[in-house]
Amino acid sequence: MIRVALLVAGKDLRVELRSRVLLWQVLPFGVIALLLSGLAVGPRASVTRNAAPGLFFVVILLVALLMIGRSHSVESRSGTRSSIKMLGLDPAGVFLGKALALFVTLGAASLVLLGGVVVLMHAPFAATLHALGPIALALGSISAGGTVYGVLVGDAEGQATLLPVVALPPLAGILVAGEKAFAACITGTSLVRWVIFLAVGLIAYLAVGILLYGVAEESA
Amino acid sequence: MNDVATLHDAVVVVGSFPLLSGVNLTISTPGVTVLTGGNGAGKTSLLRLLAGLVPLSSGSAQVLGVDLLSGDRRLLRRRVGWLGHEGSFYDELTVMDNLQFAARALGRPLDEIAPALERVALSSRSHTVTKSLSAGQRRRLALAWLLVRRPSLWILDEPYASLDDEGRTFLDALLGDVVATGTSIVLSAHDPLREPALRPRTLHMAGGRIVDGPH
Repeated sequence: MIRVALLVAGKDLRVELRSRVLLWQVLPFGVIALLLSGLAVGPRASVTRNAAPGLFFVVILLVALLMIGRSHSVESRSGTRSSIKMLGLDPAGVFLGKALALFVTLGAASLVLLGGVVVLMHAPFAATLHALGPIALALGSISAGGTVYGVLVGDAEGQATLLPVVALPPLAGILVAGEKAFAACITGTSLVRWVIFLAVGLIAYLAVGILLYGVAEESA
Repeated sequence: MNDVATLHDAVVVVGSFPLLSGVNLTISTPGVTVLTGGNGAGKTSLLRLLAGLVPLSSGSAQVLGVDLLSGDRRLLRRRVGWLGHEGSFYDELTVMDNLQFAARALGRPLDEIAPALERVALSSRSHTVTKSLSAGQRRRLALAWLLVRRPSLWILDEPYASLDDEGRTFLDALLGDVVATGTSIVLSAHDPLREPALRPRTLHMAGGRIVDGPH
């Protein structure tokens, strides 16, 4: 399972490196969305600092939706799905590999966006560094959950518009917990319960994906 | 001769639409079996059933010893080589990337890639991004993919489509070599094969069943 996961993750990341979709399309979208959100909040530093965690997670969720759709559209191209099925790969390994690749690309996007949060929204640098752990947990949950929802939507008609409808409501809990954990780092309050919530979410999505990805893939 | 596939009253239904409506067929090794018939006759559906890509709805079917009703179709798919209508690759990756991914996935040695590329005359394109290949080159890449896989059964869906004379001759020669290694091939075509040396067994399909030819 681990061997398949690393193989699939390596392939997905190579596809991303060669296509540069993250670099030239998704990241600019994320930066623009963050800028516009900052403008909507207004110029006062105290207000933007308080809003920064929430705006960061809303933007990263939008970026994640684009990346999830992208990750699954690569597999859904005419002919590719059949070919990959013919390799008879362990579906749990495929799920973990796709989730891992998504996590790495979302992590890269997050680092850029966090830089924007510090520079444009006056989030304290030290607190932002402190929040990297909880943010990584949240990104892991979004990656695992998004991979599950991506395969469930499959190549259904209107996949690009259906995915947000299916994925956003259940991922809202992760978004809220991530925002609370980030905000706790800024305000210096306890973030333990939010970290526990995010860890449970990650474990739950990993378990669901490992158990059900094959069934969803087979019926796609 | 061993039976590679045995189907009795095989029915495949997707939604409420029957794609196959009672196919009886035995395929022995080695040899070439050609499915002919018009559009919608059920050729592709039968090939996809044999490849383990669609579930059997009723009847019985065994392919390479795997029962398609109760067995693990994923295990069957690892042993079958499939060539569909379209290219089946990651367009952003190079020819070599795609073949290395397939070889690693199946645990095949990477040093079998170079001879396969040479056999299909794509050696000079090994570092070309796949989306830059022409339709004929993509077809050759698909064949290289199969050569690297070394499947026990080759299933080819209209492999001659859009090939010129040179391409057809090349494919005939390649299929001849494959059969000579004791492998079975099942393919679909709109017309009977023109290469008599392959000694194909031709079955005609219509309405989701075999209507003409030795069952």
